[in-house]
Amino acid sequence: MQSSTIDSQVTVGYEKDAESHHHGHPDHRMFGLVLFLIAESMIFFGLFSAYMIYYATMPEWPMGDIELELLLPGINSIILISSSFVMHKGQSCIRNNDAKGLQLWFTITAIMGVIFLGGQLYEYAHTGFGLTDNLFTSCFYVLTGFHGLHVTAGLLFILAVLWRSRKEGHYSASKHFGVEASELYWHFVDVIWIILFILVYLLPLQ
Amino acid sequence: MSTTTVSEKPQHKERKLIDYFTFNTDHKVIGIQYLVTSFLFYFIGGAFAEIVRTELATPDPDIVSPELYNQLFTLHGTIMIFLWIVPAGAAFANYLIPLMIGAEDMAFPRLNAIAFWLVPPGGVLLLSSFLVGAPQSGWTSYPPLSLMSGKWGEEIWIVSVLLLGTSSILGGINFATTILKMRIKDMDLHSMPLFCWAMLATSALILLSTPVLAGALILLSFDLIAGTSFFNPTGGGDPVVYQHLFWFYSHPAVYIMILPFFGVVSEVIPVHSRKPIFGYRAIAYSSLAISFLGLIVWAHHMFTSGTPGWLRMFFMATTMLIAVPTGIKIFSWCATMWGGKIELNSPMLFAMGFVSSFLIGGLTGVMVASVPFDIHVHDTYFIVGHFHYVLFGGSALALFSGFYHWFPKMTGKNYNEGLGQLHFILTFIGLNITFMPMHQLGLMGMNRRIALYDVEFQPLNLLSTAGAYIMAVSTIPFIINVIWSLAKGTQAERNPWRALTIEWQTASPPIIENFEEEPILWSGPYDYGIDDEEEEEESVSDMLADVSAK
Repeated sequence: MQSSTIDSQVTVGYEKDAESHHHGHPDHRMFGLVLFLIAESMIFFGLFSAYMIYYATMPEWPMGDIELELLLPGINSIILISSSFVMHKGQSCIRNNDAKGLQLWFTITAIMGVIFLGGQLYEYAHTGFGLTDNLFTSCFYVLTGFHGLHVTAGLLFILAVLWRSRKEGHYSASKHFGVEASELYWHFVDVIWIILFILVYLLPLQ
Repeated sequence: MSTTTVSEKPQHKERKLIDYFTFNTDHKVIGIQYLVTSFLFYFIGGAFAEIVRTELATPDPDIVSPELYNQLFTLHGTIMIFLWIVPAGAAFANYLIPLMIGAEDMAFPRLNAIAFWLVPPGGVLLLSSFLVGAPQSGWTSYPPLSLMSGKWGEEIWIVSVLLLGTSSILGGINFATTILKMRIKDMDLHSMPLFCWAMLATSALILLSTPVLAGALILLSFDLIAGTSFFNPTGGGDPVVYQHLFWFYSHPAVYIMILPFFGVVSEVIPVHSRKPIFGYRAIAYSSLAISFLGLIVWAHHMFTSGTPGWLRMFFMATTMLIAVPTGIKIFSWCATMWGGKIELNSPMLFAMGFVSSFLIGGLTGVMVASVPFDIHVHDTYFIVGHFHYVLFGGSALALFSGFYHWFPKMTGKNYNEGLGQLHFILTFIGLNITFMPMHQLGLMGMNRRIALYDVEFQPLNLLSTAGAYIMAVSTIPFIINVIWSLAKGTQAERNPWRALTIEWQTASPPIIENFEEEPILWSGPYDYGIDDEEEEEESVSDMLADVSAK
């Protein structure tokens, strides 16, 4: 009898531990996410380094008669950067247990993300140069395209959070790791864009 | 009384054989999955090496076609690196880290399983490239050569390396998080086993360098498939940029391949010498130093690629500096053995073999770090000899050392000591006969990656090939030992080596939950030969009594 009590305690203890240490500990998961983002940053670091070597060694940059239009990507940048602030509003809402607020602000963020991607596609259609025209155009498409893929991933992340919040009522003031994780990822995508915008759009202006 | 009841309770489920073939989140299952998979590829990569060495027994290309020869050495290198040594390091890390720090599993068990299940498809994909013409440009895949030979084989190589790299990154995230966040209460960083320190340093390297290779391969892929010219000089691109990106990963990669095994021997040597490790902190911090230095020396692979003189000086100096932390480790291991009661069993023989042959690989490493010498021996067999001393004489011997050391823990069976020692003797003799002559061949001017060579190089090549055959034979006692021990081996004790790290506190093999009760940190990981009667009485098992009796 006594041993069965101990047994159940031990079993419960294990399950509780398993919950807190392995599958649900936000602290661990956030740490893991940060490590993942460091790895992600290093891919961009590699691509940017290659770009910078070309920039530093090629006699003209951009090559050929290419001139990048700044207005559209400029507006796009403002939209993307502001979306980070909008998203943060959503996170503040869930901290106050306001799931509706979270859904509202995250929906706006998602719309802004879609506008950014739409703007990028519009830009691609109107640049007047192709992927293989020269080294600069290749860099342009590959860097912005790779970033666009990350925006898409971030967008899916946001949509997943929205879906879980709406359909399953997942998040609360005490439990909202998914919200914070998607936000961190979105900020990361933003920071990469700022660097990319400086390197690809502003640097060649000199 | 009640404690006994709890510990004897069959509260754990039985492990089934099928678990090892399915998506399982237990770190011990994943560790074994990694280990078995990596050894399957070791035999494939080894078979390729034997064909290459057979071809090189004579000066003429008469055994295989030149194309096949190129494919074989390309896949030999790729397999041994990405599908054997790196996954084997992950195997030990997966199996041991949670046990060593008293955790029930890795921080992210599902991610862990995903990381493993990227490896078999990556490997099968790589081998499938034979169907469309396997890559022929060596494991480095330097453009423009890689852009010119067999487009689809090369593309398969890229995708497969990207898969294996992703697996490696996911593993690195898991190892670092587990080590930093999931240690039992009393274990601070400085009472953590050195293997964990080594894996921490390795994980940092993986996270910082592997993604850069991914970047390089993405660009190479665009060149191959979409017709861009990032690395193609005919379109204005620069192949040297690829070399920079490639070596920014692949130089640290040699430390990704060796650091886990530095950790392994740091565990094996003190146990089998019955002495506390000499210079715990020195060994721990030198791993971090190696990681840091490893990240800033990549261009020493490119001394002949038109690097400016001042930059070559920088890379020469920093590269040579790595000899300092590495030397600290070598001296620490030797000092640990010094005056110890060394048991010359299989794990210790392999560990000692590791120290001596890795030393040779390390010293030739200092030689090739020197710009004038490197320019002379660049892309010759001297380099092939050097890195095989590091990777086979180093990583592989240490891998076998760890394999025998933890075999009783992982399988619950004792291995056959005689066969283990025979395995060591054949391997050690074989590796020296194979790789030592390569240094001389390189100094004489024999290029690497060629099937046709000048007749004056034949005697040494013949010797090297004979050594390769001895190495092939050495795997026979190894395989027999594993199969025989699993089938007929005696039941292993909980702690056959009377070791102090806490993975030995659990059953052999460990139960699914790892420990019957929360493990207790009752001494430092390497406090051998320290007499403390009170501590002895309080100890959780009879381990300390055994140690003192010794």
